[in-house]
Amino acid sequence: MLRLKNINTYYGKVHALKNVSLHLAAGEIVTLIGANGAGKTTILNTISGVTPASAGEILFCKETVVSLTPDKIVQRGISQVPEGRQVFKPLSVEDNLELGAYLRYRSREGKKSIHRDMDTIFTLFPRLEERRKQLAGTMSGGEQQMLAIGRALMANPKMLLLDEPSMGLAPLVVQEIFRVLERLRQEQGTTILLVEQNAKAALKLADRGYVLETGKVILEGPADELLENAEVKRAYLGKDKKEMWER
Amino acid sequence: MKRDLLLFIGFSLLVLLAPQLFSGGYLMNVLVFVGINTMLSIALNLLLGYAGQISLGHAGFFGLGAYLSGILTTTYALDPWFAMPLAAAVVGGMAFLIGFPILKLKGHYLAMATLGLGIIIYIVFNETVELTGGPSGLSGIPNLKIAGITFDSDVKNYYLIWTATLLVMIFSLNLAGSRVGRALRAVHDSEVAARVLGVNSRILKVQIFALSAVISSLAGSLYAHTMTFISPASFGFNFSIELLTMVVIGGLGSIYGSFLGAALLTLLPEFLRGANDYDIIIYGGLLMVMVMYMPGGLVRGIPSLYRYLVKSKKGEPGHA
Repeated sequence: MLRLKNINTYYGKVHALKNVSLHLAAGEIVTLIGANGAGKTTILNTISGVTPASAGEILFCKETVVSLTPDKIVQRGISQVPEGRQVFKPLSVEDNLELGAYLRYRSREGKKSIHRDMDTIFTLFPRLEERRKQLAGTMSGGEQQMLAIGRALMANPKMLLLDEPSMGLAPLVVQEIFRVLERLRQEQGTTILLVEQNAKAALKLADRGYVLETGKVILEGPADELLENAEVKRAYLGKDKKEMWER
Repeated sequence: MKRDLLLFIGFSLLVLLAPQLFSGGYLMNVLVFVGINTMLSIALNLLLGYAGQISLGHAGFFGLGAYLSGILTTTYALDPWFAMPLAAAVVGGMAFLIGFPILKLKGHYLAMATLGLGIIIYIVFNETVELTGGPSGLSGIPNLKIAGITFDSDVKNYYLIWTATLLVMIFSLNLAGSRVGRALRAVHDSEVAARVLGVNSRILKVQIFALSAVISSLAGSLYAHTMTFISPASFGFNFSIELLTMVVIGGLGSIYGSFLGAALLTLLPEFLRGANDYDIIIYGGLLMVMVMYMPGGLVRGIPSLYRYLVKSKKGEPGHA
């Protein structure tokens, strides 16, 4: 469904992604793991067009999307849940969700189907329905993360890019959010690319994984194999040398 | 939605009846200025309060509208009704083109760029003497006429300006409540998040900048045709700052707040006239107190002050 070929991305002079290639099949959940600064967020931002690649090819549904602006990419069906949630704090939950459907208001499908999708999101996250009139900034971190995911889903995407949804959240809330991701894949067939610091939880959820280090893919494979991989265990799962993982 | 409509109707009635209450005279002239300043504050508020982009050069757009209208109707003897939209189109187009490079800047840098723009426009007014009359100004600008009525008295001008102001208000209220208004506030709060949702923030910012310039230009044209005389001094850096003060004192991101801010800052100097030389000290002191105790502006500060007063009144009998 999505295929990155030899992607190179720069921040000014910093070479952030070096010949990154990866692919996702339809309905797959794939995770990117790696330390801080490995390039995980950059990959997501490159796919969504926020920091365009300077060389390489990105194919989505067999069409090239590498030089498109972010709004065009959303239109093609890729939605991003940005790092640190970035909900619109002074706006209500409902306004946040409606902004997720920003581009759909211009098309001919009408407000009815948008409101139907909002109800679908309220069944996924009942807590958002309780707070639909509340300002997003007054909610807890977990609720804001749910809102950020719901907002991205309002664009009706084929594929969801998630940037560290577990950041700063209690383990129980993380479990709840991961369960919703699993449900999304089963019920709506959404393809998910998940960036995570919490490598263990991410690999348990995902089908496959890529391990990144300083802008390069150093390892890839089925998630359960990566969970057992000695190098991954040592570096990212905190087995054997726990103190190395505890920053 | 119904409450918003009632509020607007109530406000319009108040505007309609004001001349009866204040029985014409000098105050009518001041209220004309309140109307013009309200339009300008709303224009700047759309940019600053909603989209979160600062401009310290809005007096320049106001002046361009006034001068284009003035020059087209005097030197080129064009009909004012034709000159006004033409001026607005030119100013809007110019803002659109300038908007692309300068709205890439953020925060202090955007403030500096718009500041420079305002100063350049001001210098052009002063230096192109053959065109604008230079520092001594441009006079003999015709009044607007419609169906045999010439808008040449304070009361007539009051109705002219306030009709325009109410139109600008209802347009801006609708815009603010629409999908575009939501997108503007989204860009204000987190541009990255807005972009990944498909909001083309770059174009949107330029569009709102141009719209803001068009409203300012229309206010400028109306100003020129009601005053019949304009000079560069009205369009300098000081006035840009005054507009910014109106928007902040009135309340960022509120259309009615823009009215309150414009009304307060236009009327206050008139009321303080009795204090002779001390007026500027009182003026400055009042602004400081308001920014400290009403950080959300008058539009949010007055209701909470009212609630506070009501509560303390109810509390009193118990203590006595």
